[in-house]
Amino acid sequence: MYDSLRDFIPALVKQAFKKSESDLLTSSEFWALRNISFSVAQGESVGIIGHNGAGKSTMLKHLNGIMKPTGGTITVNGKLSALIEIGAGFHPDLSGRENIFLNGTILGMSRAEIRRKFDEIVDFSGLEEFIDTPVKRYSSGMHARLGFSVAVHLEPDILVVDEVLSVGDYVFQKKGLDKMHSILKGGATVLFVSHNLRAVSDLCDRSLLLDHGRVLLDGPTHEVIDCYYQSDPYKKSGEDDKDVILKDILTYGANGEQNQFYEKEKLRLEVCVKGIKKVDKLSVCIYVQDDNNYSIFDTSTERLTKNSFSIDENEIKKHIFELELNLGPGTYHIGALIYRYDIQKTYDFLFPAKTIFVKSDRDARGAANLYPVLIEVP
Amino acid sequence: MDISNIIKYKDLFYMISWREIKVKYKQSFMGILWALFMPIIIISAGILVKYSMSKVAGTQFSYKEIASVSIKAIPWSFFVSSIRFSTNSLTSNFSLVTKIKFPKIIFPLSSVFSQLIDFVIAASFMVIFLLILGYGFSAKSLFAIVLLAILIVYTIALSILLSAANLFFRDVKYIVEVVLTFAIFFTPVFYEVKLFGAWDKLLLLNPISPILECLNGCLVMDQFLYMEWVAYSAVFSFLLLLSSIKIFNKVEPMFAEYI
Repeated sequence: MYDSLRDFIPALVKQAFKKSESDLLTSSEFWALRNISFSVAQGESVGIIGHNGAGKSTMLKHLNGIMKPTGGTITVNGKLSALIEIGAGFHPDLSGRENIFLNGTILGMSRAEIRRKFDEIVDFSGLEEFIDTPVKRYSSGMHARLGFSVAVHLEPDILVVDEVLSVGDYVFQKKGLDKMHSILKGGATVLFVSHNLRAVSDLCDRSLLLDHGRVLLDGPTHEVIDCYYQSDPYKKSGEDDKDVILKDILTYGANGEQNQFYEKEKLRLEVCVKGIKKVDKLSVCIYVQDDNNYSIFDTSTERLTKNSFSIDENEIKKHIFELELNLGPGTYHIGALIYRYDIQKTYDFLFPAKTIFVKSDRDARGAANLYPVLIEVP
Repeated sequence: MDISNIIKYKDLFYMISWREIKVKYKQSFMGILWALFMPIIIISAGILVKYSMSKVAGTQFSYKEIASVSIKAIPWSFFVSSIRFSTNSLTSNFSLVTKIKFPKIIFPLSSVFSQLIDFVIAASFMVIFLLILGYGFSAKSLFAIVLLAILIVYTIALSILLSAANLFFRDVKYIVEVVLTFAIFFTPVFYEVKLFGAWDKLLLLNPISPILECLNGCLVMDQFLYMEWVAYSAVFSFLLLLSSIKIFNKVEPMFAEYI
């Protein structure tokens, strides 16, 4: 990217003297997407997951034609609508009503079409009383709800959705998800990008896992989600200047090593610690955070046993915790650290060391699982 | 951009232009009066310049001078504000350019269109003003429509080109700012090109000059002026428009990546 002529001219000269395809990239450039090939049938819903920077959004931008690929081809049959941004083109000074028309035409509806669906859109957003208020006076949740309501009334053949379902409060999210289901039932093809894996597994039977611009896996959603948790890019293995390191953190269930658990299931957490030097009075702390980064649980070897441990140079010690997953359905992140209580020193930490996914047959929200049962229905 | 596309996106063009117009005067006390205010400032400055020139030259200052300054200043102010506004039209709509698929040429086009509305308001007042001053309309006045059409084509052509250029190089908006500030000296708004004798050709090379001169001729002096130069302006503007559209369409796929 060249922001001014001063940068551009030398770059242009450099470009002119380039010889082959292998020289195509300068040192600061990289392939955002490379060797990607997949096809989606009509009526299919495909989830696209991957860590930040994996190339998800770039892929969507290519699919909807905002960007042209340097090489290769993309074929799209039918009217494609992309929900990459909620409330695109919203102007803060204009009223909700005016912005519905503006945003709707930007997303590809005609004014007549919007006029026809106007009441439905307003009704869906639940913002009837504020519809003539300038959107600058809206809360961010209201802003997003209005944008989302316009977007779901598009009726395209192919819908590309980028991380937009997580707007509004719980009631509205549920409404959005239901609407997505009815769009799917109507025969539309959906490509769905999200970090909300619950929504992905709910909506899509098939998923693609992207990693550094490549498709790592293309298959049934639950397999792809499994693989996604194992390919943790934040995990580090530096032994440089630490006295003790966390070597491995593994989660086991009834079927061996796994990331997906059922509520109430027992989880065996193995934490391997390696000593680089001899250190005394250590303990291993573990903690669990929910998807909103609220810490919901923590403990340590010292608090459980009232004893610390010491480690020798090059010694490996394995601690095994057993946890009963009294957790509501959702995604949880497990962190671990090596700590010395008396001098309050952290030797090494890893977060998220592991991410687990808890499933339940009951539709309930929240980290705590109270195992709800309806015992009387009027 | 072919014809079917223009029809397909006419609602979008309408809504974006409508947004520009509506937003421009929202929450402002004077509102649409600003459309008159800017040309009035330029006209007042012109009258001052003309008055001083006639003082220096020892000639009689007439109402005719006021009329010709007004007739030139209003299209000029349309041109300047359109270019200024449209140069930033793509960069100021960053999220729409990078995230939504539709012909981005709509942005410079609607910028010019929204300024055109201001121009129409100002021009209507000017017509009333000229009638009060006692100028009638002749058959020659109708030619003003052709002249304004050329001006609009030229403005659109430049807008398309500059908006795309500014997306890649932010230098463009500074250059445009500087050029527009001084352009009034190279354009016969406050003076007539005939003042420069043999050097008039140099001034007429600026495609706006023949249009302004001829507008003055048709509406105030009741005669056709510099018709061969008007033809040059027309051809120049039209060719510029074609090449601007071509260039714009060619670089459009790179917008999202380079903005």
